Amino acid sequence: MRRLSFAEAVREAMVQEMERDPTVFVFGIGVPSHAKIFGTTAGLEEQFGAERCFDTPISEESMTGFALGAALRGLRPVHVHIRVDFLLLAMNQLVNMISCYNYTTGGRTPIPLVIRAIIGRGWGQGAQHSKSLISYFTHVPGLKVVAPTTPVDAKGLMIAAIRSEDPVIFLEHRWLHWAVDAVPEDAAASPIGTARVLRRGRDLTVVAVSWMVVEAMHAADILARHGIELEVIDPRTLAPLDVDTLAASVSRTRTCIVADCDWVFSGFSAELAASITERCFGQLTKPVRRLGWAHTPCPTVRALENVFYPNAETIVHVVEDMLGCGPFDLAGVDFYNHENRFKGPF
Amino acid sequence: MSIELGFALYKGLYLARRCEEYIVRHYPDDEMKTPMHMSMGQEAIPVGICHALAGKADILATYRSHAPFLAQTGDHGRFFAELHGRVTGTADGKSGSMHLSAPEAGMLGATAIVGSNISVAVGAAFANERLGTGRTVVAFFGDGAVDEGTFWESINVASLFRLPLLFVCEDNDYAVHTPKSLRRGYASLTAIVRGFDCLVYEDESNDVETIYFLTREAIAAARERRCPVFFNLKCCRYLDHIGIAPDGDACYREPDDVQSWRARDCVATQRARLIRRGLSEEILADHEQATDRAIEISIAQALAASVPAPDRLYRGVFHETS
Ligand SMILES: Cc1ncc(C[n+]2csc(CCOP(=O)(O)OP(=O)(O)O)c2C)c(N)n1
Repeated sequence: MRRLSFAEAVREAMVQEMERDPTVFVFGIGVPSHAKIFGTTAGLEEQFGAERCFDTPISEESMTGFALGAALRGLRPVHVHIRVDFLLLAMNQLVNMISCYNYTTGGRTPIPLVIRAIIGRGWGQGAQHSKSLISYFTHVPGLKVVAPTTPVDAKGLMIAAIRSEDPVIFLEHRWLHWAVDAVPEDAAASPIGTARVLRRGRDLTVVAVSWMVVEAMHAADILARHGIELEVIDPRTLAPLDVDTLAASVSRTRTCIVADCDWVFSGFSAELAASITERCFGQLTKPVRRLGWAHTPCPTVRALENVFYPNAETIVHVVEDMLGCGPFDLAGVDFYNHENRFKGPF
Repeated sequence: MSIELGFALYKGLYLARRCEEYIVRHYPDDEMKTPMHMSMGQEAIPVGICHALAGKADILATYRSHAPFLAQTGDHGRFFAELHGRVTGTADGKSGSMHLSAPEAGMLGATAIVGSNISVAVGAAFANERLGTGRTVVAFFGDGAVDEGTFWESINVASLFRLPLLFVCEDNDYAVHTPKSLRRGYASLTAIVRGFDCLVYEDESNDVETIYFLTREAIAAARERRCPVFFNLKCCRYLDHIGIAPDGDACYREPDDVQSWRARDCVATQRARLIRRGLSEEILADHEQATDRAIEISIAQALAASVPAPDRLYRGVFHETS
């Protein structure tokens, strides 16, 4: 099968849906501009014209209301934000209007609307350009939230999101855009609301969100060399959450780490830990452990960024602690530091 | 204008320009790991305005705040320390280029969320009036920020509350790579802003002395009439939206456009004018060399300073009163 990057997979999903359904359109600040949102919107304007792929003024709240209006009258908008931080300006439309529209119209109003937002760490992006805000969205009834981590799921979930009759928040960690894998050519939707077990293991379950899936898989590789088997689960859809798959795994391994790509306190990791504990309390040998960002605004300087963000090494140490094994010799292990791919100058 | 004053303005321009030229030279060394939005080409605006307010300005800037920071504080030592992520910077390296600040020197802060400083400026002006500080608030923002509803809400409130602050639109025609023509459903911004109870000035000179005098005049009028001022000042960013590549390299912009602006560069213009007025080449060159040396020392000191220790991450989340 041919291989695509995550970014190409997102792009291909949008292209195929736009070819299939003339009501689909893609818009947002800088969407057709030459940088093309990590390449995900490359060629869209050329192929579908400015009516179906366009730039906007810097007016997030109004353009979100615009998307809702377009969805109300029969179009299927895909609204793109190059950073989730900018979506904060649109929270009124999102939370007060979009999320409850179907409900307050007696269930009679489909809202086929996708909001794409880039999340997470970049290169010295600092306090206002690197948030994830996952629990901001998952907290609100009426919004579906997906965060694919593989090219296959990026494509499948984008197709599902565009076909959905409900608003879908589609969260893309910027470093995931580089991930490459085999991706099917046909336009098949992945079901929204199912988790994926990425790796089987008997000793401990890691439920990882977005970028932390990459770190968890790396930690699993490292620990496998020391005879420890991690089971790694990617929820893929954060709301609605596939608790069954998570609970089935934790019931077997009886130990669980939740690795979030966000702040821990009041974060999505709390929901994962609580949902798992409610279902598996009797089987757990230890409380579910959570890890995520330090509880501070994100600093710019690299030395502190490295403390702020957890990685595979953090996961390995929590595993050692929970299983009472190790400490393992990690000398010579090359921990992912994708920030180095963004070489200065910008 | 006197030679002394003209020279003072030139010093402000030269400092801002040279600091960024050093950044362009050293950025590829990868020691300054912070995304940068360069002011180069636009320096006349903050230098003219901050000098006109003579230490009595409270400014709120955007991510494109190298020149505003340097015009207001002159502090290239802490500037370079912050860009290098050192404990001697303005925020331990936590802010990097996008959130430079020096509250004690009236540089209240810089935001990377387009438009978010504008309403803050209105509140700061309200406080200055209530407390009688005699300081004047300046909000710097780009032509893109005008797209946000908050710009219109803020100018309305400031007009309604009769607050004498300065809204400064640094109109460089582009928001990232999107030209104004693709963002505006109207021809003239100033024609609309004139409908508010505020004073509106436009200038296309890119000339520091013109902007200096305009600011003096506008602030005097605003204080007398008790109303805000809106400046639309045309300018050109020489480099790409972000980073150090020349603007015009990429497909979205004609290189000639930038060239025509460079032909009337604000730093060179002011230098030539001072020579015409009789300031010697020698005095200018001496000052320039001294500034270059001082900047080089700042960079060397920044490199020699410590990076923050891990526990610094948790400092400053809340205000610590000692
Ligand atoms: C609320 C918000 N939306 C989008 C962005 C992304 N963005 C960063 S700079 C910029 C363009 C701003 O242009 P302008 O206000 O003209 O300022 P300039 O960069 O020209 O100084 C955009 C859209 C942002 N930072 N904040």
